[in-house]
Amino acid sequence: MRGSMEEKYGPTSPNIQIYRPQLTSVLSIANRISGVVASVGGVALVLWLLAAAAGPDTYALALWLLSSLLGQIGLLIFMFAFFLHLCGGIRHLIWDAGYGFALSTIYASGWVVVAASVVLTGAAWIAGLFAAS
Amino acid sequence: MIIRSSRQLPSFVLMKRFPVPRNFGLNSRSRVEPGRSWPLSGEANRIKTFNIYRFNPDSGRNPTLDRFEVDLDDCGPMVLDALIWIKNNVDPTLAFRFSCREGICGSCAMNIDGTNWLACTRFISETENPTAIYPLPSLRIIKDLVPDLTHLYAQYKAIQPWLHSKTPEPEKERLQSIEERRRLDGYYECILCFCCTSGCPSYWWNGDRFLGPAALLEAWRWLADSRDEATGERLDRLEEPFRLYGCRTILNCTRTCPKGLNPGKAIAEIKKKVIERRGLRWRE
Repeated sequence: MRGSMEEKYGPTSPNIQIYRPQLTSVLSIANRISGVVASVGGVALVLWLLAAAAGPDTYALALWLLSSLLGQIGLLIFMFAFFLHLCGGIRHLIWDAGYGFALSTIYASGWVVVAASVVLTGAAWIAGLFAAS
Repeated sequence: MIIRSSRQLPSFVLMKRFPVPRNFGLNSRSRVEPGRSWPLSGEANRIKTFNIYRFNPDSGRNPTLDRFEVDLDDCGPMVLDALIWIKNNVDPTLAFRFSCREGICGSCAMNIDGTNWLACTRFISETENPTAIYPLPSLRIIKDLVPDLTHLYAQYKAIQPWLHSKTPEPEKERLQSIEERRRLDGYYECILCFCCTSGCPSYWWNGDRFLGPAALLEAWRWLADSRDEATGERLDRLEEPFRLYGCRTILNCTRTCPKGLNPGKAIAEIKKKVIERRGLRWRE
């Protein structure tokens, strides 16, 4: 296309295709994705409550779905996303208050978010197992 | 694991790039195609390979990634030295900006091994083999490693980077206390290399409206200046869904600043100042 806008202004240099993933950008996109996943999980939570309200047969179906392998994996992903989004949200809250901007603190708080999400997911899972037994 | 200064390179690399296709989201003119190879002629003991983004506006062809070999025994220690070596010894048409070769002019900012830095302050020994060199990300390319900075300069101009005062001019200079002057430390040193702005994912997607970390750091430099008397007007111009709030606190800017400055903190200070001012307005 000679004479077109693109021809006139030349190409755009690549961005996400070449930029090195860093804790900063990875946690930022993870916070967004986990927010979406947690929202979907929230809908699932409401469906579960609706099933409980609808009667024992529907609830039994919901329980069967949840205790299937796919249901368990989904539950684990939802819980991890929930805790990642929660911890990431607290990190953003501290930033918005104007604290924690030293580069070493940015990295330290980032790893704390990752570790805390894993630990909290594990703890919640174990607590769930105890509650069920 | 913990990065303490932007100069520090990570001790391990989990992912070299995000798991997206090489030409993901690039328009048909911007797709990077395989380029030609420029092997070293003659003998050399220490050879290093550089993969460099090339674009020639006169060729009518897409950008390519050319492969150059550099004789390290014949070349200076910095990435900029390697580029100059290639220009002198291999391909004189290789285009890139540089001037001071000591990290103060900001001309040779480019993407080296996936992160933005000044070619003159990055040691070749710190880079991978082969080293990948691209122009600053997400910008219109004029030729090879030379991006069009017009829009970035226009955004810098938009924050009105000069002193605004209403009070009559004093007989001598406008005085500042040592404490007032200290508030500008970490903000006045910006060299406008735009490593931060072109490394910001939010700027990649909304660069037309989001001012970007470099312009916003400069905006804070004037907001923090005790001699400036246009704080209200400055904040009014910034308080808009994209100009200021395009910042999602990703903080790639603070990670990549070759001068070790903190644009992320500067933007947070502006956001705080907006809230403080709003709070006052609501109380009235």
